[in-house]
Amino acid sequence: MTPIATAPNDRGPRNNAVEVRGIVKTFGATRALDGVDLTVREGTVLGLLGPNGAGKTTLVRILSTLVKPDAGTAFVGGYDVLRQPKQLRRTIGLTGQYASVDELLSGYENLYLIGRLLDLSAKESKARAGELLERFSLTDAAKRPAKTYSGGMRRRLDLAASMIGRPKVLYLDEPTTGLDPRTRNEVWDEVQRMVAEGSTVLLTTQYMEEAEQLAHELTVIDRGRVTAAGGIEELKTQVGGQTLQVRPLRPAELPEMARCLHEAGVAATFSADTGLLSVQLTGEDQLTAVVGVLGTRGFGIAGIDTKLPSLDEVFLAITGKPSAPAAPILDKEPVA
Amino acid sequence: MTAATLTPAPAQLDDPRIGLAGHLRHVGALTRRNLMRIKADPESMLDAVLLPIIFTVLFVYVFGGAVSGSQQDYIQYMIPGLLGTTGLNLAMAVGTGLNSDFQTGVMDRFRTLPIGRAAVLLSKIAAETCRCLVSFTILIGFSMILGLEIKTGFLQLLGAVGLSLLFGMSIVWISMLVGMSLRSAQAVQGVSMLVVMPLQFGSSIFAPTDTMPGWLQAFTEYNPLSALADACRSLINGGPLAHSVTVVLVWSVAITAVTAPLAVARFRKRT
Repeated sequence: MTPIATAPNDRGPRNNAVEVRGIVKTFGATRALDGVDLTVREGTVLGLLGPNGAGKTTLVRILSTLVKPDAGTAFVGGYDVLRQPKQLRRTIGLTGQYASVDELLSGYENLYLIGRLLDLSAKESKARAGELLERFSLTDAAKRPAKTYSGGMRRRLDLAASMIGRPKVLYLDEPTTGLDPRTRNEVWDEVQRMVAEGSTVLLTTQYMEEAEQLAHELTVIDRGRVTAAGGIEELKTQVGGQTLQVRPLRPAELPEMARCLHEAGVAATFSADTGLLSVQLTGEDQLTAVVGVLGTRGFGIAGIDTKLPSLDEVFLAITGKPSAPAAPILDKEPVA
Repeated sequence: MTAATLTPAPAQLDDPRIGLAGHLRHVGALTRRNLMRIKADPESMLDAVLLPIIFTVLFVYVFGGAVSGSQQDYIQYMIPGLLGTTGLNLAMAVGTGLNSDFQTGVMDRFRTLPIGRAAVLLSKIAAETCRCLVSFTILIGFSMILGLEIKTGFLQLLGAVGLSLLFGMSIVWISMLVGMSLRSAQAVQGVSMLVVMPLQFGSSIFAPTDTMPGWLQAFTEYNPLSALADACRSLINGGPLAHSVTVVLVWSVAITAVTAPLAVARFRKRT
């Protein structure tokens, strides 16, 4: 095997933590991935966003050496998924959608086993298992079989297991799918902590809220193709302009306000439920115009705000489908 | 945890070889896992503990008198054959277990770790060896209480155990291959039963073959379980060894040589 160029500047496609170029994977007649490009810069979190069946998990499986791509190249930590799978496996940690821990073994034994399989000595494995159990607040449950753990504890044990070998790149494949909101927040806190400590993360999710919380950049895929990529704010501006929201002093005046704006040539919508009047801003001077119209007609204004479209709106605009509900309410073990 | 840089350390530049010590450590750690699973789920030992007892009681008292004239003679005849087939009976559970392992995420985790391709399967063999040895001990101990006599010696008895184990482990490879090839654990169990039943009863284990029709005799003659039963009988009761032992050795090695590489390849390819 030829040595990898080590000078940081001439490593080309190997310069980033994850570099994916033109990956294609078909299963029978289904084109699960159809020429996907993706880059995760070192020390950042890339949110890989897409509806169910978009190809997210297939991509993670390719990057974990579990599935071979039909075409394209992929490098993780500078290693080629096809030609250097062994080194690559030392570089990554994988946390799957379905917690991949041995249910019959205790939390401690699960972590100890992985330490030994990663060539830590018995002593090191023991120490590292203890350290991670402590960190993920599982010390009290360390000796109990994992099958007695709650959904959140299992997910935390799974995260701990993926971190035993101090991987440079972590894949989190829908880490909070099926968790209740409180448990989801626990997992988010852990991920944020790992990132603060320098981990590079590839996070797949179908929840906007999760991407917004955790990711620095986003890649949106749908039916095996990348449909958008960039920073979160960037994607929002790309999809739509700002929305002006006006909260009237007297909510009963909402219809009247909308009618007046309409007469002035401004399309406005209102919602009696939220008590807000919304205007899609299309030009720079429109904000002044709206406030001017409302002021001269003598409407009282309690509050005024402008906002970028939510990621949900962005997602809808890009994929034509709404994203999954942000607060999943299941808390049972998903069946494989 | 400190931020790790992505520049590969010089030691990692070459494709890392795991080395014998590494392989042994991985298989050892995974075997420990398999044994701890048995400890956590003692019911998984029920077959190993109860099968020898049930088979012995059932066959000795139901068929013993009819087949051999006396239960005592039948014990000397049938128990060595049952010893040989114990591995086969237990092996079925390995494929079923492997199949359900794949339905949880645990196998994915193992397959993303830098361990040898065969480590997970070899650790199954190691744990199965322990289970088999427990079962052999119970079978021999229980039938000695009922009157089994080791007419040769301890070494020959060990030989019979070793031969049965060797053959049993070659069957475990088949069981694992089937376990990874079929979709559900139930299917694995069904297919295994379909193969095991005719093999077991179409042999000289439970009854001498000379009253069977010609076509069945031909089958039993080439059935490795007959050779294994004959070999174990000779090792426990005394008698000619060379032919039957050779046949068993050839079968065991041939089965392992064909199915072990297929199972390992299947393990890596399974998605």
